Amino acid sequence: MSTIALSLPEIKPEDRSRVGGKGFALAVMARGGLQVPPALCIIPEAYLEFVTATGIRETILMELGRKSFEDMRWEEIWDTALRIRNAFLQAPIPDVLRGNLIPHLEAMFSGKPVAVRSSAPGEDSAQTSFAGLHESYIHIRGIEAMLEHIRLVWASLWSDRALLYRKELGLDVEKSTMAVVVQEMISGERSGVAFGRNPLDPSQSVIEAVYGLNQAMVDGTVEPDRWFLRRETGEVISHHAANREKTLAYAQGGVRLEPLAPELRARAPLEPSEIGEVFGLTRKSETLFGSPQDVEWTYRENLLFTLQSRPITTGSSDPGDTRRWYLSLHRSFENLKNLRHKIEDELLPRMVEEAREMAQIAPAPLSDPELAGEIERRLEIGKKWDDQYKEFCIPFAHGMRLFGQVYNDKLKPENPFEFMDLIGGADMISVQRNRALEGLVRRVRRNPRLAESLRRGRREGMDPGFLKALESFLAEFGDQSWSKARLDKDPKALFTLLLNMALREPPRRGSAKKDQKSLEKKFLSRFDEDRKEFAAELLDLGRASYRLRDDDNIYMGKIQSQIVAAVDEGRRRLQRKGRSFSSPADGRDVARALRDPRFIFKKPAHRGLKPGKGKAGIRGRQLVGQPASQGIAMGKARVILRAEDLFAFQPGEILVCDAIEPNMTFVVPLAAGIVERRGGMLIHGAIIAREYGIPCVTGIPDATSLIPNGTRVTVDGFLGIVIIGETTLPGKEKT
Amino acid sequence: MKEEAQIREILLELFSSQKLGVLGTHQAGQPYGSLVAFAATPDLKSLVFATTRATRKFANLRSDPRVSMVLDNRSNRVADFRKAVAATALGQAKEVRGKERKKFAKMYLAKHPHLSEFVASPTCALVRIRVEVYYLVWRFQNVFEWRVKS
Repeated sequence: MSTIALSLPEIKPEDRSRVGGKGFALAVMARGGLQVPPALCIIPEAYLEFVTATGIRETILMELGRKSFEDMRWEEIWDTALRIRNAFLQAPIPDVLRGNLIPHLEAMFSGKPVAVRSSAPGEDSAQTSFAGLHESYIHIRGIEAMLEHIRLVWASLWSDRALLYRKELGLDVEKSTMAVVVQEMISGERSGVAFGRNPLDPSQSVIEAVYGLNQAMVDGTVEPDRWFLRRETGEVISHHAANREKTLAYAQGGVRLEPLAPELRARAPLEPSEIGEVFGLTRKSETLFGSPQDVEWTYRENLLFTLQSRPITTGSSDPGDTRRWYLSLHRSFENLKNLRHKIEDELLPRMVEEAREMAQIAPAPLSDPELAGEIERRLEIGKKWDDQYKEFCIPFAHGMRLFGQVYNDKLKPENPFEFMDLIGGADMISVQRNRALEGLVRRVRRNPRLAESLRRGRREGMDPGFLKALESFLAEFGDQSWSKARLDKDPKALFTLLLNMALREPPRRGSAKKDQKSLEKKFLSRFDEDRKEFAAELLDLGRASYRLRDDDNIYMGKIQSQIVAAVDEGRRRLQRKGRSFSSPADGRDVARALRDPRFIFKKPAHRGLKPGKGKAGIRGRQLVGQPASQGIAMGKARVILRAEDLFAFQPGEILVCDAIEPNMTFVVPLAAGIVERRGGMLIHGAIIAREYGIPCVTGIPDATSLIPNGTRVTVDGFLGIVIIGETTLPGKEKT
Repeated sequence: MKEEAQIREILLELFSSQKLGVLGTHQAGQPYGSLVAFAATPDLKSLVFATTRATRKFANLRSDPRVSMVLDNRSNRVADFRKAVAATALGQAKEVRGKERKKFAKMYLAKHPHLSEFVASPTCALVRIRVEVYYLVWRFQNVFEWRVKS
């Protein structure tokens, strides 16, 4: 056999850089006499052979070269990582490499379940802790499954998290490699983590333990028992018992969260003597590695196994490093299910309630000081919901990502975003609203007299059926706001919109529903009988995540529109008194000015959105972003900077904006194409564009300043390119 | 005078070692150069490249199919003056479609597999240059002309 894989006893000190931190640590522990499950290290040469033979190296270069990292949002980095991951999933391991790997795997793990873990050279070194940036997979059984997960671990060299830390990791397509550790799974009855030194108190050690597997503990799904010990002596200082209710156990084809047996709930997972034994493990490991360690362990039939050992690092030193927050968005299935309940059953109803409560206080009859107080109160409420949104709603968007990953693993589709077709088309509020709007438009199309009345902005002469429908539309959706504009604020603007919408063809809706059924069947068929329930639950979660991502913005809009109502009233009063201020005056300043006649408004800060004026002599001609919805479209650019731009939108124009929000998607059916500064496949603009089959390119940095309003642009939704200026498309194929 | 076989050999080697070439088009007499990823057919009679139809180069070659392409192996060092080889191809460019496109795409993607998504896009044109003549330059000023028989 070739030496493409090394067993632990074969690993020599000089192999450190070849087998990576994790693999090397296992070898050191095995040599040092600790009980370590048998493992195999697949050296980086295997990775290199794979990316070279399959051409994936070039694919990665192409993906990463699409645009500057500095211009990429987290969503785009995630999309990029997903595309790369899919390239790995799509490319089979070349025969020669297979032939080299299989005998090693068969000899050591025949029939046994294994864990397949990343072991990147440089990972787990004392200075930098990148735990969790790369993937690990547990409970993998069978040669083909092992090979597939080896590919996935290789792919995780380019995971979204790794790309975020690319500088610290020194990620380089030409040089970076990945070793993989394949290790026999030990299904322990009790597991945990032990810190040789408490990162928060150097005089202590900490042991955490749960019943079952410790993956659930690591991501916070199951709360562990925790012991604090004196580091010098191992004496227990305190024990914090957990609320022991659940346990993560092996199930056919994976792991499953189960209720903990009642007799175990009252008993700590570790006996006093075992606490001593685990503590001893941290000491021994520290001696072997020369620095305090964070050790993962498990007991199987009362025999203590060491699964991993890493040097303890003292977290991110830069509190302003927001990447930690991003890392926290990766949630487990259980965690996401809890989030969903929280959002659907608690947050959204409370938002509705609070918006309704605010709506009951009409701003007009209030005295100036009362109005000032009401504005401030509403701003406080808005702030509270912004925080809640960030804490709960944004992380829940990871539900569709989790679903997408599982979908791609199971179906290996050519298009890595195919999963969106399966979870899309949900009954989002914005889609309901657009449908209701389309209902009004149909009446306008059929009735020229009605159109004439709308043109004059008069309600007289409009047929009662239309008026009734209009009223119910406004009652349901009128309070949605975008950029300080409300649909019900200015009936004229709405009338113009209806007239414009009547000019275009009714929106085309694809056969999404039918495709969905067959995709759903295909997806579920890839799971074993006893995992089908999990698959269905995951699909449901993905759909909820997709729908709520849109809906929660609409609910936020309801809160926002109540703030707008109060601030607008204040602004009108100030204007009547001849007070001058810039139009986007801050609500807090309006409240201050209502109280204090001498209050002076500051000049507004730079708003970030500027109409497109090229720098002297330089103008964009072709801009590259992300292909978010297929198709090609040409038209006049309508750059959206203010609410008025939105209402002036003409059918067949290209919508160019900073970010499409659910509250403004009502003009989307009018657009021939969409260009958005904010990038990503899973953002509102991309989702709604696909719903309507409108070509869309996202992630064009400075789209609203590089594209001058009114110029002709071509949107290539296949390649993610926007061409500015007159172009002819000779030989354009029907798309 | 070099033998034709010798020139073929030099060109084949040059083309297999290089991925990019400079395409020359013009609009109303104004020359326009573009860097493109190319592939050559084994008989050297055709050069192929891919472009989106909305580009300037594509508009140019639609209005006048006479184009040039420079292919070279310079390394941006003084030694280039003696060692680098450059070939200038002149010919007629035309978008290929249907069966022909399939055939040329296969050959093109064998050389540039990472462009498969690009080439598969309905907005991407595959353009074939039927080469009429090559001018081969090496050792600074040795220039040979080879008329490709169609």
